[in-house]
Amino acid sequence: MIVELGHFALILALFVATIQTIMPLVGAQKRWAGWMAVGEAAASAQFLLVAFSFAALTYAFVTSDFSVSLVVANSHTLKPMLYKISGVWGNHEGSLLLWVLMLALFGASVSWFGSNLPPSLRARVLSVQGSIGVAFMLFMLLTSNPFLRLEIPPFDGRDLNPLLQDPGLAFHPPFLYLGYVGLSVSFSFAVAALIEGRVDAAWGRWVRPWTLAAWVFLTIGIALGSWWAYYELGWGGFWFWDPVENASFMPWLIGAALLHSAIVVEKREALKAWTILLAILAFGFSLIGTFIVRSGVITSVHAFANDPERGVFILMILAFFMGGALLLFAARAGVMEAKGLFAPVSRESAIVANNLLLSVSCFVVFVGTIWPLVAELLWDRKLSVGEPFFNAAFTPFMVILALLLPLGALMPWKRAVIGRSFKLLIPALVLAVSLGLLGYAMQTGRTALGPIGLGLGSWVVFGAMTELWQRAGRGRIMVRLARVFRLPRADWGKATAHSGFGVTVFAVAAMMAWQVEDIRTINVGESFDLEGYSVKLASVEETTGPNYYTTMAAFEVTKNGRPIATVHPEKRIYPVAGMPTTEAGIDYGFTRDLYFVIGDLQDNGSWAVRSYFKPFANWIWAGAMLMALGGFISLADRRYRVAAGNRTPEIKPEIKAVPAE
Amino acid sequence: MIRALLLSAILLATSFATPALAVQPGEVLPDPALEARARDLSKDLRCLVCRNENIDDSNADLARDLRLLVRERLVAGDSDEAAMEYIVARYGEYVLLNPTSTGANLLLWYAGPLMLMLGGGIAFSYVRRRRAMVEAAPEGLSGDEEKRLAEIMRE
Repeated sequence: MIVELGHFALILALFVATIQTIMPLVGAQKRWAGWMAVGEAAASAQFLLVAFSFAALTYAFVTSDFSVSLVVANSHTLKPMLYKISGVWGNHEGSLLLWVLMLALFGASVSWFGSNLPPSLRARVLSVQGSIGVAFMLFMLLTSNPFLRLEIPPFDGRDLNPLLQDPGLAFHPPFLYLGYVGLSVSFSFAVAALIEGRVDAAWGRWVRPWTLAAWVFLTIGIALGSWWAYYELGWGGFWFWDPVENASFMPWLIGAALLHSAIVVEKREALKAWTILLAILAFGFSLIGTFIVRSGVITSVHAFANDPERGVFILMILAFFMGGALLLFAARAGVMEAKGLFAPVSRESAIVANNLLLSVSCFVVFVGTIWPLVAELLWDRKLSVGEPFFNAAFTPFMVILALLLPLGALMPWKRAVIGRSFKLLIPALVLAVSLGLLGYAMQTGRTALGPIGLGLGSWVVFGAMTELWQRAGRGRIMVRLARVFRLPRADWGKATAHSGFGVTVFAVAAMMAWQVEDIRTINVGESFDLEGYSVKLASVEETTGPNYYTTMAAFEVTKNGRPIATVHPEKRIYPVAGMPTTEAGIDYGFTRDLYFVIGDLQDNGSWAVRSYFKPFANWIWAGAMLMALGGFISLADRRYRVAAGNRTPEIKPEIKAVPAE
Repeated sequence: MIRALLLSAILLATSFATPALAVQPGEVLPDPALEARARDLSKDLRCLVCRNENIDDSNADLARDLRLLVRERLVAGDSDEAAMEYIVARYGEYVLLNPTSTGANLLLWYAGPLMLMLGGGIAFSYVRRRRAMVEAAPEGLSGDEEKRLAEIMRE
């Protein structure tokens, strides 16, 4: 019964979304206030209906209702509760419902928090947002309905893919979808502005927080996914340049470009057309990602039920929204007249360079991802494009980006003098270079990648600090220090996010350059040496978990006789799904991870063991978290709090420092 | 009930193959220099039955066969290039994770730099046009701006 209600709610939501698409759009065109206002009510109603529908599906999973075919395919009575719940979105149909739920949530948020938007713009944004909902709900109901019943319910389910039975699944997809779907708001704003034919500083101030929020969620989602892969897949990699990873990375790169160029629109009223184009493309890449993940045209490690019919449907959605938006852009972009003038050397130009590098690096990822498809279609060549290509073709752009970042971030708006800005950075440069040299001196006969990454990363971090220090103005040290802490949150957000980028650059280089691997067979009770740590295989036991059985080893790690940690790598078998998984045993540390994988029992009674010394592994994700934190801090900046909440008239003139019209 | 299920599950499980470790200790060559070369080559070779994994990371039997083949060729005295050619001749271009830079693949490799030049050109001309406008624009502040500045200074 509840499942049927959920099904009906979804169908009803489709109708509401259709109304949300048509009425506000017509209303905005004809200046009918009543029709425009429908959008807000519809957006809230759509969200409530989809939320109910999602709750109904969750209920089916939690109560293990095996008359629902989706539950049979992805659940099992013995599965722990956390995975019963996360199993709702651990499959194609359920994850689409989550997608639509987030879409409706963002649409409703625009109506809840957008009370200070001009009514016609708000109506049009809600209309575009509604149309995306229509497309995806149609897609669900026609090709991937999660609520289908079985005529004869089986005794038990077929269990969730064991790789997905991990807390990672509970958090990774929701954050990722918040990011993907959040970009739909930027898209809706862009299309609405094109219909409206007007983009001004106020538009930039509305779009930027949405883009920033979406980008922050995307950052967290990607970092969680990467961390999950690191500890779950058992060979200690953190990024595989897999098509599905690329699918999330492309909107991230474009999103990063967008949230920088939106600043230029907001503060300087320039780069308007380009910002609109980026907003369209960012969501376009979200859709392309959806297509790549769910159509199965490109092989990837991500296990989704693939179906060509679904692929065609998503391609149609993609063609409709991208084609429509880009046509509109071609027709209307000329109207967007730029106001702010700037010199070739200025903050504006630096952001143009940032946008160029981020867009081109996204283009490289895109070409590499679809190249196997292109080569097969055009030249009948079956080939692969893997990690080595991306490392070689993508990395240079990030290096240039990191090199330019501190200088560009420090330049004043409108007109800058390179020498003057650079002079401020000399201490940062000296520090970074000496750290790099120190790294080079300390390592012996290894690749230069490590020290270069160290120098580059610290250049970005020290550059960000220098900028904060400069913002504090002149005066005695204590006065300046006090002023640093009173700087607007936007400044702190910027410095934090940029530092995060530097930290990640360093950590990725460190991991690639300084990782140590050890492969051997040892008997229980024997020890071996790993980078100064003594590792003893204490025991190997066969035990059972709730829905799997496992071979669990115990490694005792000591340094100079002092015990450091005991870790338990496992090798599991999930009998229902008939699938083995490895669970790495990791001792997390501030400057290094010790990573152990237990392998097969050898004929002579010893065990195959793979262990890694992974320097600064955690810093990769710590950097990503700093980037996300920076975004949050920036979101809390006064100009957004003021713009979002209170509309107290006395603050108004102040926030309109940049004339809106 | 649950116990019975679990038991039967365990019985079932024993019939499944356990996951093999990616690179097996037994495969490692005694000569460290040769082994290092083998590992470098392995990073560029795709496990054909897997999804986007190199043969070093893969647990599949086919990946193991390829790892052994790489080592066999190196021990036989092949250069890196010769060993790769040998494998590509047998398994096809699909086995290369690092695509060749010949023929149409040149487009793939030069896509980034070409786009950077194109985009850079467009950006440069845009910025230059802005400069022309800056020079055309009157220097200093307008009357309104002067007034606003005075207001700010008073505050």
